[in-house]
Amino acid sequence: MSNSVVAPEQKEKQRAEAGLKYVGKNLERQEGIPKVKGQAIYIDDIQPEGCLYGRTVRSPEPRGEIVDIVFEPGIPWDEFVIVKPEDIPGENICAMIKNEIPFLADDEVKYKGEPLALIAHEDQQMVDRAINHITVKMKTDGYPAFFTIDEARSKQQVQYGEDNVLCSYQIEDGDLQAEFDKADLIVENHYKTKAQEHLYIEPQGIIAEVVPGEQVTVRGSLQCPYYITGALANLFAIDETSVRVIQTTTGGAFGGKEDYPSILAGHAALLSLKSGGRPVKMVYGREEDLLATTKRHPSDTTVRAAFDKQGKMLALEMDFALNGGAYPTLTSTVLSRGLLHSFGPYNWPAVNLQARAYMTNSTPFSAFRGFGAPQSIYALELLLNEAAEQLQLDPAELRRRNFLQPGDSMPTGQVIKEQIDLEQLMDRALEKIDYRRKKQEFAVFNRENDYKKRGISLATFFHGSGFTGDGEEKLASRAGVKISSENPLEILVANVEFGQGIHTGFVQIAAETCNLPPELIEVIEQDTDKVPNSGPTVASRSTMVVGRLVQDACEELVEELKNTAGLPDDFTTEDFLAASKNYLNSYGELYKEVQHHDPPEEQWDEENYRGSAYSGYAWSCDVVAVELDMIDYRVKITDFVSTVEAGQLINPDMAAGQIEGGIVQAIGYTLFENVVLEEGVMKNNHYADYIIPTAADVPSIDVEFIEFPLKNYGPYKAKGIGELPFDGPAPAIAGAVALALDKQFITLIPLLPETIHDTLSKLEETTDA
Amino acid sequence: MPEKLLQQEIKFELNGKPYSVVTHPLTRLLDLLREDLGFTGTKEGCGEGECGACTIHFNGRPALACLIPAAQADGAKITTIEGIGDEDELTDVQEAFQRYGGAQCGICTPGMIMSATYYLENPDSAETMQEALAGNQCRCTGYKRIFDAMEKVLKND
Repeated sequence: MSNSVVAPEQKEKQRAEAGLKYVGKNLERQEGIPKVKGQAIYIDDIQPEGCLYGRTVRSPEPRGEIVDIVFEPGIPWDEFVIVKPEDIPGENICAMIKNEIPFLADDEVKYKGEPLALIAHEDQQMVDRAINHITVKMKTDGYPAFFTIDEARSKQQVQYGEDNVLCSYQIEDGDLQAEFDKADLIVENHYKTKAQEHLYIEPQGIIAEVVPGEQVTVRGSLQCPYYITGALANLFAIDETSVRVIQTTTGGAFGGKEDYPSILAGHAALLSLKSGGRPVKMVYGREEDLLATTKRHPSDTTVRAAFDKQGKMLALEMDFALNGGAYPTLTSTVLSRGLLHSFGPYNWPAVNLQARAYMTNSTPFSAFRGFGAPQSIYALELLLNEAAEQLQLDPAELRRRNFLQPGDSMPTGQVIKEQIDLEQLMDRALEKIDYRRKKQEFAVFNRENDYKKRGISLATFFHGSGFTGDGEEKLASRAGVKISSENPLEILVANVEFGQGIHTGFVQIAAETCNLPPELIEVIEQDTDKVPNSGPTVASRSTMVVGRLVQDACEELVEELKNTAGLPDDFTTEDFLAASKNYLNSYGELYKEVQHHDPPEEQWDEENYRGSAYSGYAWSCDVVAVELDMIDYRVKITDFVSTVEAGQLINPDMAAGQIEGGIVQAIGYTLFENVVLEEGVMKNNHYADYIIPTAADVPSIDVEFIEFPLKNYGPYKAKGIGELPFDGPAPAIAGAVALALDKQFITLIPLLPETIHDTLSKLEETTDA
Repeated sequence: MPEKLLQQEIKFELNGKPYSVVTHPLTRLLDLLREDLGFTGTKEGCGEGECGACTIHFNGRPALACLIPAAQADGAKITTIEGIGDEDELTDVQEAFQRYGGAQCGICTPGMIMSATYYLENPDSAETMQEALAGNQCRCTGYKRIFDAMEKVLKND
């Protein structure tokens, strides 16, 4: 198997042989210079003439009926624009997956902080003062609220369907009972993870301008322009083509600007409509952003697994639960992805995997990098380490004996068609960190030291690129490329740049296909009046799915030039430019647009939840060494190695930047980031009270890419990697801490010093999950 | 909230040029720079002195514009990201950030570059590069490529 992995030095050679000129090179960030000069324009940098500033009136109670909204004396309310649900011209529903989220609650309030009404004034200080002079009177008798998965499960109150279950999925494969009957060891444990805040450094913000009866225009910090056109068309009862969405430079997103901007855009646009068409700016302050916007779902997972005494995995049973919060948002797809990553890169003869998301009266939870997978992978990987201890096997050895091989099937029936070699991926990571030697040295160190303890552990995992199941087929994304009179080549996509480097990647893909230097290629701004709907900028899909569309569109364009403008089969840059000129002179602009269709061999059966869940997977192994202070229980990460297989890298430096940034965000999730939920809302909604990793907290992170020969799916065989790095750090770190604690496993993250202390003291844990 | 009655003339040097503005003494310097004078390169991430996105140079040292009342700027010498280098050229620090991947979404970048520039010119101001940047939070990069960029500048690469 080892010869199926391409060594780094060989890769460069292969690339040269394959003739790749731009793909695989470290092209500098296309939009980088304005960013380093402070010239990039973010939403809060724009002050339209005559603009009003909007604020949101929110529910003071987690549940109840609105009796009255009292505008207190002392504020010149006649100068304000005020919007209530009755001002909504269309449907008061923000369409996501299930149509159940009102823009403004008008009947029953379902969570504390839920938007009820909107106010706007041309003086921002005035509106900020006025928002504190509004009292919402509510009837709460007869409206008890609950906030946790346990409360939802207990069904003492039922607020959603028959059992508070927002959605559920199940994967069953093989003969579970027969495998459990054969077991030499059965391990069971229960894991919890808490909410996580995205903490993009730029808060959410939108500017909306409505021409009543004609057009709604929205600019802002967002991931998915065409989600907003759909949401506002419904809100205003107008055609989707009458809604124009323009993305401004977006200061971080991580999933937090996938669905929420649709709600904020609706709010700003409603105020603009009511004002008679003045521009309305709504940029959240940090406190409001932390209080009101979505977070990562808390999880509660029971895992039970069977092994034989050689460490062969026999059967896996899982009950994976998410706290969905008050409304469905994107929870069903988060849950689905969590479940489809829950079995890991291993060969399980039998599984029974259950997933349920529960409605609670918490602020809705939604998309966040990893999208459910970090929660389920955390539970599985930590359980494998416990099993390894009981089997007296090294955790790496247990994984080695069970890795998926080419030709194996996942529990969904999806056959591994690419030449994966997970053993090689893991061994390289172990070798780089010097795992064996460190493990021996740490055992000695821990015997000799009382106040410091060391541990080392690992996680192996995969992440599927693109929408789950038949999602990409349903999205049917379209992307285009154009030879115009202004630019030698334009790329037209709706996928936004928010730091991940995707526009640079698209330029490299187009440059490669058209043999054109990157400086001659322009990515057209994400304005729904200018670009086709190539789908949302989510789900690690932009490189693999949309990048492939860009490549295909370029190929069609090249073909057209060959057929009509004299482009030779084997062409140079000069040939391309000459043929383009011929074409422009004879026919005008040349535009080619292509649409995504799943390849015939990648089919998904949604009803039976079987088949090709993702058409591409990226694979990874994280190995982590920690030092635990036994006085204050602080965990210090001393070494971090990550090996990653993501196919051909379009831009290796930017790919590494994604992995490093994702790992650090996941280190925050594992060690520091504590969303304190009180009555379902974030109590610590101040920047100072939510700790993310700083420059002084991060270890040196060693990332190495390996490439498996694989089926040709993404552009130049590239796969998505945006979310992959979030999946491994939590279990790898928790496993290393367990080793430092002499195999006492802590099953709750974040691993705050107090969590470790309380667990060791056998104190009762309180969690928000 | 600043009342219109309480106004004060404040004079300072900004990016090498003299300015005189009349404003409430408690107006945040951040708002004065961004809204009154249009220097939007200085960003706001938290408004409470935690994230570092609004880092400027105030009398030659890094400072947070969201925590400085306008009155305190009277007589001060202020540099923002717009005053670093000249209009068309990148400084060595900006060049290194661009070349080595120090900026992703870019919202923390102006503040980060102000802190990095100060440290590279005053290497004794902090014990380590990590400490020098600990007040500027980045949610995208994991900091590694920011350190790489600074190392390159230190080594004159």
